[in-house]
Amino acid sequence: MSTETQVTQSKGNGSAVADSRRAGASESVLRPPVDIYETAEGITLQADMPGVAKDRLNVRVEGNNLLVEGSIGVAPQEQMTALYADVRSTVYRRRFALSNELQTDQIDARLKDGVLTVTIPKRAELRPRRIEIKS
Amino acid sequence: MFSYFETPLLAEFRRMEQEFDDLFETWAPWSGGIRSLPSGTFPAVNVGSTPDGLTVYVFAPAVDPKSFEVSLQENVLSVSGKRELATEMEATFYRQERFGGTFRRIVTLPEDVDPDKVEATYRDGILQISVRRRESAKPRQIEIH
Repeated sequence: MSTETQVTQSKGNGSAVADSRRAGASESVLRPPVDIYETAEGITLQADMPGVAKDRLNVRVEGNNLLVEGSIGVAPQEQMTALYADVRSTVYRRRFALSNELQTDQIDARLKDGVLTVTIPKRAELRPRRIEIKS
Repeated sequence: MFSYFETPLLAEFRRMEQEFDDLFETWAPWSGGIRSLPSGTFPAVNVGSTPDGLTVYVFAPAVDPKSFEVSLQENVLSVSGKRELATEMEATFYRQERFGGTFRRIVTLPEDVDPDKVEATYRDGILQISVRRRESAKPRQIEIH
């Protein structure tokens, strides 16, 4: 069972950043906290995914969605038992609905110190242009 | 203990809450501890135990390793630091869920840890602190002749 909620849809420039929440997902998944902001050039998403190395990260576009997935690569030591755990899963996953003025084939993703930064440019013809006023 | 306007439903919720608390206390003995924090607090911490020592995982992505201060006094571990998030002045923000600023977490470790044998490394946004147990406290296999 999953519910999808379109969160923001502003008029005009149509910046749509939506968020999907999986209700009752069978497997326990961590939902990474994100910052999302828009500039004239595009949209940037930053997600905290501590413990994820580059080879365990998966960022892809599925239809109209941006899917961010990763798993924590800390190898548990032999004979280790958990004494205390705030983090009770090793998998991060979160999905965002994209909007069609974004160039989804030009997505750039970087990972550094457990933070994923995804930048999605807007199509050139849709970037705001300054309109000159002639006297 | 029960106020006169308490409904049977509320009492039932209270009982369920108590049962959940008890369940978690048996699952993770420290979750009811005086230093335990609500979920979502930055940074998240996991503690693993082995016969030789303990490993504390501090989930602190994009923190300058130089800003960390780790200290162990007897068996009380304190981790503090500062997380500076880059700010975009010209941007419109839709979500700001990530933590920024200074943080401190204090974790009580078992009493047999050796405060002189601590090592810390920072990788992929996790600060890993390894503490060894005192020699005398380690379990020893007793040979039977």
